[in-house]
Amino acid sequence: MIWNPEHECMNTEALRSLQFARLKNLVERVYTNVPFYREKLDAMGVKPQDITCLEDIAKLPFTSKDDLRTTYPYGLLAVPQSEIVEIHMSSGTTGVPVVDAYTQRDIDDWSEGMARTLAGAGATRNDTVQNAYGYGLFTGGLGSHYGSRRVGATIIPISSGNTQKQLMCMRDFKTTILTCTPSYALFLSEAAKEMDIDPTKLGLRAGCFGAEPWSENMRKEIEKAWGIKAYDIYGLTEITGPGVSFECEGQYGMHMNEDLWFPEIIDPATGKTLPDGEKGELVITTLTKEGTPLIRYRTRDITFIIKEKCGCGRTTRRIHRLFGRTDDLLIIRGVNVFPSQIEHALIEIQGVDPNYLIVVDRSAQTHLDEAELHVEVNPAEFSDETKDMESLRNRIEGVMKSKLGINMKVKLVEPKSIQRSTGKAVRVIDKRQL
Amino acid sequence: MKTQQISIFLENAAGRLAEVTRVLKAGGVNLRAIMIADTADFGILRVIVDNPEKAIGILEKANFTTKTTDVLSVTISDKVGSLADVLALFETNGINIEYLYAALDKVGETAVVIFKVEDLARGLKVVEANGLSTPVKF
Repeated sequence: MIWNPEHECMNTEALRSLQFARLKNLVERVYTNVPFYREKLDAMGVKPQDITCLEDIAKLPFTSKDDLRTTYPYGLLAVPQSEIVEIHMSSGTTGVPVVDAYTQRDIDDWSEGMARTLAGAGATRNDTVQNAYGYGLFTGGLGSHYGSRRVGATIIPISSGNTQKQLMCMRDFKTTILTCTPSYALFLSEAAKEMDIDPTKLGLRAGCFGAEPWSENMRKEIEKAWGIKAYDIYGLTEITGPGVSFECEGQYGMHMNEDLWFPEIIDPATGKTLPDGEKGELVITTLTKEGTPLIRYRTRDITFIIKEKCGCGRTTRRIHRLFGRTDDLLIIRGVNVFPSQIEHALIEIQGVDPNYLIVVDRSAQTHLDEAELHVEVNPAEFSDETKDMESLRNRIEGVMKSKLGINMKVKLVEPKSIQRSTGKAVRVIDKRQL
Repeated sequence: MKTQQISIFLENAAGRLAEVTRVLKAGGVNLRAIMIADTADFGILRVIVDNPEKAIGILEKANFTTKTTDVLSVTISDKVGSLADVLALFETNGINIEYLYAALDKVGETAVVIFKVEDLARGLKVVEANGLSTPVKF
């Protein structure tokens, strides 16, 4: 179901002129009200009146996550603090948190984006939405809450955790739509089975899953475990939270709510704008945001804009499921490789655990990059015969060559020998002096 | 006779073999026969010990990947041609050997040869039918 046909199915020309009008207004607002942006624009010699068409967005400076950190807490505020009605923050595991400060209009836009998201998964006022995203400073919980309220569905604001109560609510209130992280959705289905509850019999119909990277394989697993349609959704605290883009029934690519949040794809190395269809870093400009508007925010997420029109009737462009983050990107002999691709390839090989380490070095003789992939041998598949182990190694090398397009030397290592860390696992050791 | 062999996966890294022997020593397990199949990248260590069950427990506790395989152990005389005679016997009876290694039992008297054969049951039969089934104490 299309929540807002006026904006979601807008004629492309009309959409572009709306985006341009909003962009122009945005640049004027930040130039007047945010010293940080005025200084940046002045340094580049760009004035608000230089923005004469939508393409002129390329003249504007980028905003990075570091910019958000150095301006913590209120350095990017574009309205008096009295206009701010709510604050959210990203988890900030890597340093100073980033802040999003919302005016009432910002909350309204956020609710709108999330209402479109839920409607994309088929939600109507007749649905019961169980919202198992965490409530609090994290945007997942309240964002989904506001969207569900706008749709008029019955919301169960259960937040994350408390597995038994989750399943009890599903059973007693006949939840039809689940919103949570994909890993929690899988965890809940396992927990149900352990309690002798058949997840497919609970009456769940769809789920909106996001806030962490997941794969097409994981989608299949979730859909099978619950007997539902699992929709990928995308958003980030810096921009607004969930609701920035979402999958429709086509389940291929996520429609950007681009009347509110304008997407561009750039080459992460040069900053050059790339045409639709080419893979690069997603950059978003918050066209209507009042509290903490952002110009060309570099998300560090890698995707491309799907060129083809979607069959669902929406005219908003779609971004492809994320390929990874620019922070993780490895360029080996000119080929872009994301560690997540290696993990996906390994999962499909029998006899191998997806525990791996990539060691990249540059040969002193040939000056070429050399990648060595350390893979842990699965004890159940360990063979006493060297030829079996060598064939396993050759098989992994073959899969890497065909799936990633690079030659990697595979080294079989002992189980549990690759360091486990409690936080982010170290998957890459780059010894190149670049 | 049939003997339990333990294979241990060793990645190609300094000190891994020393580590295996260190944990076995600490656990009081005696190594009776040993051989390494090596490639450029990894090795598979095959051992016969006095107490296989105990050895496996110790190795797994130390996070080594192990696998047990039944092999044939045959006592032969420590003299010219003994092994040739046994191999001729295997050849006649169509017993395929995947690998073998040997340990001297008493110099000048007997040696023990460990055979990994394709078909253990048939190999065992051939050995027994030809008086080569003297029990070996490891």
